[in-house]
Amino acid sequence: MTEQPVHRLLGMTDGEYESVVGILDRPPMPAELAMYSVMWSEHCSYKSSRKHLGRFPTEAPWVVVGPGENAGVVDLGDGWLAALRIESHNHPSFVEPYQGAATGVGGILRDVFTMGARPIALWDQIRFGPLDNPKNRYLLNGVVGGIAGYGNAVGVPTVGGEIEFDAGYTGNPLVNVMCLGILKREQLVLGTAGTPGTMAVLLGKATGRDGIGGASVLASASFDDESGAKRPSVQVGDPFEEKKLIEACLELYEKGLVVGVQDLGAAGLSCATSEPAGRAGVGMEVDLDRVHTRESGMTAPELLMSESQERMMAFVAPDKVDEVLAIADKWEIDSAVVGEVKAGGTLRISHRGEVVAELPAATLADNAPLYDRPAQRPDWLDEVQARPGPDISSHDPADLLRDLLDDPAIGSSAWIHEQYDHMLFLNTVVGPGSDGSLLRIKGTEKGLAVSTDGNGRLCYLEPRIGGARLVYEAALNVAVTGARPIAVVDNLNFGNPEKPEVMWQFKESVEGISEACEALDIPVVGGNVSFYNETDGVDINPTPVVGLLGLADPMPEVPPRISRATDGMELWLVGPEASANLAGTAVQRLLGDEPGGIPTAPDPAPARNVIALAADLAHTAPVLHDISDGGMAVAAAEVSIASGIGVSVDVPIAEIFSEDPHRFLIAFESGSINLPPEARKVGVFGGNQIVINGSPLDLESAASSYGEALPRRMR
Amino acid sequence: MKVRVEVTRRPEIADPQGTTIKRALHDLGHTGVDEVRVNSVFHLEVEGADPDDVRSNVEEMCRQLLANPVLEDFEIELLP
Amino acid sequence: MTTAVVVFPGTNCEHDVVTAITQLGGSARLVWHRETDLDGYDSVVLPGGFAHGDALRTGAIARFSPIMEPVARFAEEGKPVIGICNGFQVLCEAGLLPGALIANRDLSFICRFIDVEVTDTATVLTNKAEPGQRLRIPLNSYEGNWVSPDGEGRVVAKYVDDPNGSTDRAAAVANEAGNVVGIMPHPERATDALLGSTDGDVFLRSFLSSLVPV
Repeated sequence: MTEQPVHRLLGMTDGEYESVVGILDRPPMPAELAMYSVMWSEHCSYKSSRKHLGRFPTEAPWVVVGPGENAGVVDLGDGWLAALRIESHNHPSFVEPYQGAATGVGGILRDVFTMGARPIALWDQIRFGPLDNPKNRYLLNGVVGGIAGYGNAVGVPTVGGEIEFDAGYTGNPLVNVMCLGILKREQLVLGTAGTPGTMAVLLGKATGRDGIGGASVLASASFDDESGAKRPSVQVGDPFEEKKLIEACLELYEKGLVVGVQDLGAAGLSCATSEPAGRAGVGMEVDLDRVHTRESGMTAPELLMSESQERMMAFVAPDKVDEVLAIADKWEIDSAVVGEVKAGGTLRISHRGEVVAELPAATLADNAPLYDRPAQRPDWLDEVQARPGPDISSHDPADLLRDLLDDPAIGSSAWIHEQYDHMLFLNTVVGPGSDGSLLRIKGTEKGLAVSTDGNGRLCYLEPRIGGARLVYEAALNVAVTGARPIAVVDNLNFGNPEKPEVMWQFKESVEGISEACEALDIPVVGGNVSFYNETDGVDINPTPVVGLLGLADPMPEVPPRISRATDGMELWLVGPEASANLAGTAVQRLLGDEPGGIPTAPDPAPARNVIALAADLAHTAPVLHDISDGGMAVAAAEVSIASGIGVSVDVPIAEIFSEDPHRFLIAFESGSINLPPEARKVGVFGGNQIVINGSPLDLESAASSYGEALPRRMR
Repeated sequence: MKVRVEVTRRPEIADPQGTTIKRALHDLGHTGVDEVRVNSVFHLEVEGADPDDVRSNVEEMCRQLLANPVLEDFEIELLP
Repeated sequence: MTTAVVVFPGTNCEHDVVTAITQLGGSARLVWHRETDLDGYDSVVLPGGFAHGDALRTGAIARFSPIMEPVARFAEEGKPVIGICNGFQVLCEAGLLPGALIANRDLSFICRFIDVEVTDTATVLTNKAEPGQRLRIPLNSYEGNWVSPDGEGRVVAKYVDDPNGSTDRAAAVANEAGNVVGIMPHPERATDALLGSTDGDVFLRSFLSSLVPV
C-alpha cells in the first residue's frame, strides 16, 4: 500500500489540509491535525449540509435557543422551558448494534441535560432491512436491546418511536433518537466558556481510546468490505455513570455553580474546549496531563480525539471549583480541572510539558469547510414517477387489510416498546402505540405531545413532497393528541453527498420541510445530518425524520385513545376527500409494486384547519386517530382492535387505503360531538368483525395478525 | 472432551461493570485493588477424541457465538 | 410519621414514590444511601431503579451501603420496610427477605400493566386488601423472576398470569413477621386514573396504615 499523508488517513482532503496550514501559517502539529480532522469531519462540521440547513425557518417568539447550541429550547409559558434534540448513530449501530444504539441514547441525553434540563423522555426511530434476512433480525435485536439497556438503566422513559423496513437499510440501519427535557427558565445553561479566569472542569468517565476515529470518521465514510478494519473503535456506554452525571449536573445547576456546560460527544475534548471558547470569544489553556484516563500512555492526539462516553465539561468560576468537585465526589464521579479560560482567542494545549497545540479556538468550528456540492435531479426519477399506481379494484379489501396488519412496520410494536420502561416519572399520559405521545408537566395543566415521523419511500419518490408531508403528518399526530405544534427537530439521513442525486434529494427534502414549517408557523430548533449511508455504492432512500413537539395548555382532561371505542359509536372521517393516488403507500408496497408515481402533495390551507380542529376535538372526543400507513382501513382496524369491538365501514374505494395527508378519524356517541359539514360518517362500531365495504375480516384474527406481525418474524 | 473457554473483553474496551465493582471493593476496605474486569467463562463438553479437531471446533463456536469479536477475545483450554 | 425513601446511586423511582405517598396523605423524604441513621423515620421504602447499574448482581453492592445497617435494625424491630422492584432485589441480597431475583424467563425487559392477586393480607403492604383481591399495576423489570431454592418465603401476592417465570408466580414476598415486604411490580405507578390505574393505592394505603407513631 502506498504511503498516504497522515491527513488523508484522518479523513481530510488535501484542500482541507491546506486550509489548516493557511490558518496556522505553518504545518499543523500532530495534535492540531487530529483536532481539525475530527472537528471538520462531516458528522461534526456538517460541511456538506450547512449551506442548505440555513433554509430552515428557525425563529418564533417562543424560541429561546435556536440551532447552534447543544439542544433547541422553547418557551412553554409560566416559567417553563423545553429542550429538545434528535441525533443519529447509524454507522456505529451497524458495527455493533447494542453499543451503537446505547451510546446514541447516551449522546442525545447529554445534549439535553447540558442545557440545564432534566431529560424526561426519549423516542427512537429505527430502520432496518427486511426481517427474512437474519442479519437484519440480529441488528434489530441488538439496537432495541441497546436502547432498552441504556434507557432503562439511565432512568429516562422511552415513550414512543417508529420503525420502517426497506431493503436499502440492510447495509445501513438507521438509528435516530430524540430526547426531550424540561426546565425552569432560571436553570438554562449554555455552552459557553465564560470570561477569562473561568476554570474548565472535566466530569465523568475516565478517558480511554474509545471511538478514536469513531463517530467523526465513521460517519464520514461509507461502508465497504474494509469496514471490519474500523471495528476496534467501538464506544461502550455506561448508563449508570450517565445517571450519576445527570444528577450531579442538575445539582450543579440548581446551586448556580456553573457558567457554562458542554457535553463531550463526537470530537470529544477537541470540541468541548474549542466550541465553548469560540462561542465566548475567548481562549483557553488546557493541560492534557490533568485529564483522568483509563489507559496509560495515551498520546495528545488520542486524548483529543477520544470519544469516551459519559463526559461533560463544566466551566466554573474559580471560587466555585471546590464545591463543584465536592458534588462530583458525592455522586462518585471522577473530575479534573483541566484548563483555564484566557483572554484572546488562542486555544493552547500542553501535554507532558510541551505545547502540542496552539491555534485560534474559533477556527475549529467557524472555519470548517463549507461545501456547495453539486446537486442534480436523478435521471431515473422521471421513469419512477411515471409508473402507474397499483390497481386495487380486483382485490378484496378485507384481504388487503389483513395483509397490511401483518406488515411488521404497521403491526403492533409491543414487542419493541414493552422492552422500554415508558412509565418512569409518572408523566406518561399517552404512551407507545399511539399517534403521538402525551406527557404531563406535574404541577401544571400543561401537556407536551411529541410525534416522530419518517418515510423513506415517500421521499424517494418526491423528496420535497415527502419532506413536507412528514411535517404535516407529525403536526396532525400531535394535534389529535391535544396539542398545538410549537417546534421541530430534524434528523436528515441520506446517502453519499458526493453524488449529485443525493445532494439534490437532500436540498429538496430540506425545502419541503421548510415550506411545511413556514406554512404551519413551526420553527426548526435543531437537527442532525447523517450522510454516507451507502453500502457498495448503493444509497439508502432519502430518509429525513421529523421530531415535532406540541404544547397542550390545558391538556385534555380525558385524552382520546384508540382503545375507547364502544358498541354503537359512530366513526367519522375529517379532512379532504382522498384522491385515487396510491403512490408511496403501504398498499403499493404490499402488492409488490416497485415504488412509483408522485405522492399526493400537501395543501397548507386545509391542513391548518384540520390541525386546529383536531387539537380542539381532543378535549371531547373519545377516539381520534390520524390516517397514515395503510390508510383509513388500517386506522379503523387499529381502533377496533384496541377497543375490542368490531367496526363496519362504507367508503368510496379510493378512500380505503389512501394515505393522502390531513385526514383523521373520530369516533363518538351519536350526536355527542359537532363536526364541520365537510366531515363525513364512514362507519359504526359493533359486532366482532371488521367490515370494509361489505367485505369482512374476523376481529380476533385481525388482532392476532396485528399482534404477531413483528414478533413472529423475530423468533 | 471438557473444554474451558474464557471470553475476555478486549483491554481497550471500557468495562463499566468492572469500574463499579472496583469502587465497591474499595468502599468495603479492599483498597489495594487496582483494576477489576468482568469476563465470562464457559465450560463445555464437546464430542471428539482428537484435541486439534475439538480445539478447531470450539474456535469456530467462539467466533460465531460465544465471543463478540468487536468487543472480546477468547482463550480455549482443553481440560484433562 | 415520615417514611425514609432510600436513594442509591442509580436509583430512579424515588421521586415517584414520594409523590405517591404524599398524594395519599403520608409524609416521605429522600435519604441518601451513605446516611448512617434513620432517626425521625418510622418506615422505609427502597424504591426501584438500577442501583450501581446492577453491577455484579442486581442489589449486590447496594446491600453494603451504610444506610442498610439501620434498615436492618428497622426490620428486626418490626417496623415497616418495603422494597419495590430494585428495592426488592436489594432486600434479598441483604438477607432481609428470602430467595433471589433472577432474569425474566424470556430474557426480556417487561414493561406493561399486569394483574396481581393478593394471597396474604397479614403484611404491612397488603393489610388493606381483601383476600383474593385482584389489582392492576405495572410491571417494569428485567430481573423480576423470584426464586427460593431453600423453599423459604411467604408469597403474599401472585401474578394472575405468569409473566416472568417467578416461583409460585410470586409478585410480592414477605418475611415471617410480615413487616418486610418486597414487591416486584410498581404500586406507586398505579395511583392516578390519568395514567391508567389507581389500584396501587391499596398497597400504599396498607403501608401507611401500618405506621406507628414514633
